[in-house]
This record gives sequence, C-alpha cells and structure tokens, in this order.
Amino acid sequence: MDSALAIHRLQFAFTVTFHYIFPQLTMGLALLLVVLKTMAVRTGNEHYNQAARFWAKIFAINFAMGVVTGIPMEFQFGTNWARFSKAAGGVIGQTLAMEGMFSFFLESTFLGLFVYGEERLGPRLHWFTSVCVFLGSWLSGYFIIATDAWMQHPVGYATGPDGAIALSSLTGLLTNPWILWQYTHNMLAAVVTASFVMSAVGAFYILARRNVAFGQTFVRVGVISGAIATILLLFPTGDQQGKMIALNQPVTLAAMEGLFSAENGAPLALIGQPDTERGRLDNVIAIPKMLSFLTYRRWEAEIKGLNDFPRDQWPDNIPLLYFSYHIMVGLGTLLIAVTALSAILLKLGRLYASRAMLWILMLAFPFPYIATTAGWMTAELGRQPWLIYGLMRTSEGTSARVSAGSGIFTLLGFLGLYALLGVLFLFLIWREVEHGPEPAKTA
Amino acid sequence: MPTLWFCLVAVMLAGYVILDGFDIGAGIIHLFVAKNDAERRAVLASIGPVWDGNEVWLLAAGGTLYFAFPGLYASSFSGFYLALMIVLWLLILRGIAIEFRSHLSSELWHTFWDVIFAGASLLLAIFYGTALGNVVRGVPIEADGYFFLALWTNLQPGPDAGIIDWYTVLIGVTALVALTIHGALWVALKTDGDLQARSQAVARRFWFIMLPLVLAISVTSFQVQPLLLRSFETYPWGAIFPALSASGFIGVLLFLKRRRELAAFLSSCTFILGLLCSAAMGLYPNLLPSNGDAARSLTVASVSTASYGLRIGLFWFVPAFALALAYSVFVYRHFAGKVGVESPGR
Repeated sequence: MDSALAIHRLQFAFTVTFHYIFPQLTMGLALLLVVLKTMAVRTGNEHYNQAARFWAKIFAINFAMGVVTGIPMEFQFGTNWARFSKAAGGVIGQTLAMEGMFSFFLESTFLGLFVYGEERLGPRLHWFTSVCVFLGSWLSGYFIIATDAWMQHPVGYATGPDGAIALSSLTGLLTNPWILWQYTHNMLAAVVTASFVMSAVGAFYILARRNVAFGQTFVRVGVISGAIATILLLFPTGDQQGKMIALNQPVTLAAMEGLFSAENGAPLALIGQPDTERGRLDNVIAIPKMLSFLTYRRWEAEIKGLNDFPRDQWPDNIPLLYFSYHIMVGLGTLLIAVTALSAILLKLGRLYASRAMLWILMLAFPFPYIATTAGWMTAELGRQPWLIYGLMRTSEGTSARVSAGSGIFTLLGFLGLYALLGVLFLFLIWREVEHGPEPAKTA
Repeated sequence: MPTLWFCLVAVMLAGYVILDGFDIGAGIIHLFVAKNDAERRAVLASIGPVWDGNEVWLLAAGGTLYFAFPGLYASSFSGFYLALMIVLWLLILRGIAIEFRSHLSSELWHTFWDVIFAGASLLLAIFYGTALGNVVRGVPIEADGYFFLALWTNLQPGPDAGIIDWYTVLIGVTALVALTIHGALWVALKTDGDLQARSQAVARRFWFIMLPLVLAISVTSFQVQPLLLRSFETYPWGAIFPALSASGFIGVLLFLKRRRELAAFLSSCTFILGLLCSAAMGLYPNLLPSNGDAARSLTVASVSTASYGLRIGLFWFVPAFALALAYSVFVYRHFAGKVGVESPGR
C-alpha cells in the first residue's frame, strides 16, 4: 500500500474514532434525558429534574467535544479524499448538507435553551426542548448512517461518462435498505453506552455512600434501558445486519468469520486466528454448523469462503477485521449478561445492596465504547478494498496532490491535539462526577 | 440552476462570516476591552448561547458547497490542505476555550483560556481573509482540476504565488480589522458601562485604520484580478454591491457617533455582506479562477453536480433554510438584551 494512502486512511480512522466517543454518548444520553424529564413532569418530583440537570452538564461537555472534533470530519472529505469527493460529492453531499441544515441547527438551538433556559421556559417547555435535542441528535445520526450506508451499498445513482457519480433518486438515497438495520443497531449501541455510563456513575455514588438517592435513580434508569437496548442490539438488529452482509458483501462475511473455504454447515468460530498466508484459521474453538444456521436458519446451508473470491476483492486487513468483529460480538454478549443479571437483581430489590454487582457496573462502562468502536471497524474494514462498494476502490479516492509528508504532519498534529483534549475531557468529567448533582433547593 | 446554487452558497457563506464574524471579533478584542474577570465573563456571555449556532452556518455552508459543487470542494480543500488543517485546529482550540473556561473558578485557568480564545480568534480572522484573497487572486490549477499551494513563494501575486503574498496578506489584515470592528460593535450592543465605552472606542479607532485599507483593496483587487472589472462591465447592476458595502461602512461611523448601537452593528453587517457579494459578483461565473491558463478556472458550470441533484436539492433546502432562519431569529430574540457585568464580589 503506498504510504500516502495509508496515512490518509489512518488520519480519517483516528479522527473519526476519537470523534465518535462523544456523539455515541450524547445520542444515547439525549434519550435518557427525555426519560428523566418525562419522569419529572409525570411525577412532579424535583429529584428527577436535579438528576436531569446533572446529566445535562455531562451532556454539554460531551456535546462541545463532539462539535469541535466533528468539524474536521466534514473538512477531510475535501482535504484528504478529494478524488472521492469530486466523484461522489453530488450524492453524499446531499445527506451531509441535510445533516447541517436539518439537525445541527435544531440541536444547537435547543441545546442552548435546554441548558440555559430552564427557569424562563417552565417545566413543559423545558421538557419540549429536551425532546428537540433528542430529535436533532438522532436525525443527525440518521443522515450520517445514510451517508455510510450509501458507501456500503450504493443506490439511487447513475454513473456519467466522465466517471462522476450523479444522484438519480433522493428518496432512494434516503430509504436505502442498508439504513434500517445499521441505523437501529447503531442508535441502540449509543443507548447502551449512555446506559452503562449512567449506571456506572450511579454505582459509584452508592458504593461511595454519597448522593445515594441519585445513585439509585441512575442505576435503575441505566440498567433498565441498558437491558432493553443490549437485547435489541443482538436481535433483531445485529442478526439482520449479518444477513444483509451475507447477501450483499459475502466476501466480507467470510473474512469476518475467518472462513477460507466454502462449507455446507459452516461452523461459528468463537476463538481463532486467521492466517491469510496459509489460508486457514489457527487455534480454533468453534460451534459446528452454527454459522450456517445463524445466517440462513438452516444447519446445512452453504456459506461461501474467501477462496471463492479473487484475492483483489478480499478486505485488505483480514486479521484486524476478524478480531474487531469478534471483540464486538464477545463484548456484546458480556454486556447482555451484565445488564440481564443487574435487571434481575433490581427486580428482586437486591441490586442496591449487592456490592459485587455494583462494582461490576461501575467498572463496565468502557466496554460499550470498545464494542462500538470495534463494530464500526468491522463495518468499515469490511467494506475494503472499496471506498464505495463495487464502484470505487479506496486507493482511487485520496487527494492526488497531498503528499505523505503533509499527511504525517497533520496526523501527528491531530494525535497531539486530541491527546490534550482527551486529558482535558476526562478531567472535566471527573470534576462533574466528583461534584455530583445539586442537592434539593430549599423553598 | 447552478447559478442559483452559486447565489445560495454565497448567501450561506456570507451568513457564516457575519454571524461567526462577530463572535470571532469579540474574541479579538477580548483581552483589550475586558479588563477584569467579570467583564471577560460578560464578553463570553454575550456570545455563549449563540456562537455554536453561528458555527453551524460553516458546516451547513460547507455541506451545501460540497453537494452543489463537488469538484470545487475537492480541488480547493485539497489544494489549501495545510492552511485548512491549521484553521481546523484553531476552530477546535477556540471552541474548547469558550466552553471550558467557566468550568473552574481559578484565575490561572481563566487567563489561559482567555489567551487561547483571543489568539485563535485573531489568527482565524487573518486566515479567513487570506483565504478570500487566494480565491480572488486565483490559484495554479492544473489540467486535471487540482492544485497544491505552498504556504509562500516570492510573496508576489503572480503565477508562482503561494498562499501568502502581499495581496492575500493585505486582505487578511483587512479581514482582521473588519472583524475587530464587527465584534466591538456586537460587544457594545450587548453590554453597558465601561466595557461598552471601551468597545465603542475600539470600533471608532479601527474605523480610521479600515478607511485606507478599504481604498487599498478596492484598487489592488482590480489590478490583481482583471476578471473583476470585466464582470462589473458585463453586469453593471452589480455595482449595487460595492455601493451597499460603502453605505454600510459610512453607516458604522455615523451610528457610532449617534450612539445607535443596533444600527451601527447592522451597518457593519451590511458592510461585510456588501464586500463578500462584490467579490462573488466580480468572480462570477468563476468559483475559483486559475492564475495561469484561464481555461482551467473552475466555473459554476464546470464543477456543479448533475441537474437532478441541484433540482431535488431545492425541495429540501428551501424549507430547511427557512427553519434555520426561524431558529436563529428565535434564539437571538430569546437571548436579546444586555448581559450584565456582575460585580466582582459575586
């Protein structure tokens, strides 16, 4: 791989991965804030408003980080991926412009009102602003997924004589069949991240014997929403996405599963290491016939292997793809176990007293972030060697005039700047958690 | 149809410069007009609820440019690679400074972020001006529609120019002064007392620095880019834009003297709008002129997307634009009025 291409890819991968740490929390938290505000309006209990105010502060810090790290994403389409932008900007520019016009204005307007305007607005209108923030952020997610879905599964376009790809159906672009399961899967993952963060803070408060009433609320809301979302993440959304990949990107499925030769009744590898030189999976622990069943609901169904496809169609980093996918699935399973167990204890009324479970909840919050990152790596590495699946190879999309040296310079710049931002972010979040929710106002 | 989108993109960009321009301007004067922590908090409070929304105009304008003229987006963004990356880093630092300053009540912490905020704002104003200068002067577009500009070469706006030459620097300095005045008028509008008086003094002083700069760029721009003159000859009605700009410029001083804060700020908006429209009008139908072979210039027709995309885009763009305007009006009304300078004791 020529070095400029590698650096452009690394820079985009790094900046987008770092960026997505923040929106995955804000999108999930936006929903949980609506839940808290709704509970406040329903019960008339000021406790839930205080809880919402605390999470609004966490939200605002994350939102600011999401905004400043998001601007480079739009710029980089032009700066680092000029040939891709020239060819496909007429299509994906639509969804990106719509994101700016429809969701960013909505989000930034109502977040300002949500954070600064509670006293002036009154409870009902303040509840309404939380709903608008939720809508804005989920709409934003929709337009980004629509953009990625088009790169995974291009629809609604026509190719002109000069190689330019022109939009031929906006409704086609916005109702791409790829969107439905990718969007729901991704948004549920965001809810899982927010649920785990909320229950981790709650567990910390209970264990530290501070703000215990708030701690219990956070754990309860986090565990219930987390239990629902983790299960929906597996079924139907994860399951359906797997089927879509089997149908539209069979070589990607083979690489994800480390399946080299076609099999009737293909096994599901739980553990193993793909060896692309020798074309086999080493150190395997597998469930026989499970992959065929999961994909086609038939034990003897045929699954195509990597060897059925020419090598130049293989994803270009099969081990990384394989490991990403397995880490996502493994952690997803773990998260289901944690939330299910917590939910049962909650139902039995024993969760708040179970220090072992609270310790697990407190320490589990990084795993949804890792699982989400691994999931996105699976999606994007699985798309390789294509930038637009079947239409444009990644190597054809970079900026022809931007040298590897310029790329290294800016990649290092982003690494340094984001390292500082990361430290600053953790410091400020820690301060908010340490400070805790404001105690009840005396009337 | 591409011409209509040219106008829409120009409006979006002008909207961005006018709106984010005043909060950048507030950043430029931040250290000079606000003498203590309470006053600095007042400057930040005057832009706090709106700066983020103002920056959305950049993203929305970028997105609109991207889908309407993908060829331009690709060529110019990759051609100005290094300069744009620095702009990105400045935008990041500036946003963080505004948002995170208030999180700690330590004097050192505040001073640190105040300096970052002011420095990033100042550099952004110069960079934006320099960028505009580059677009007017033209860039060495090659046969495939791409180019890559060195940061500087011989400092002459000739065919071998880099990003920085005497002309683009002149435009950069002009932008700095224009946004300084713009930001000072905003702060004057939103505050009272000493802070307001100091801001108005800054605006007045910089107006007299601006005067020779306006004359200089008016003359040199026509010299550096002959296309401008040709365009105004073809479309004589285009002269309303420079006239609009001039009237706004004069209005700034008149209303400043009469202490009509809102009118002075709006005059500054008119001034900036007129300048940007003059530049857009003068370049039309070019989006990015070539400073070598004129046939390589990126024009409205050569880099626009296919007509279906432009047509269908109008269907959602018009209602979305109306919504965006409605939100903006709502926010500015909701947060209308002065922000008080809290006494240091609180």
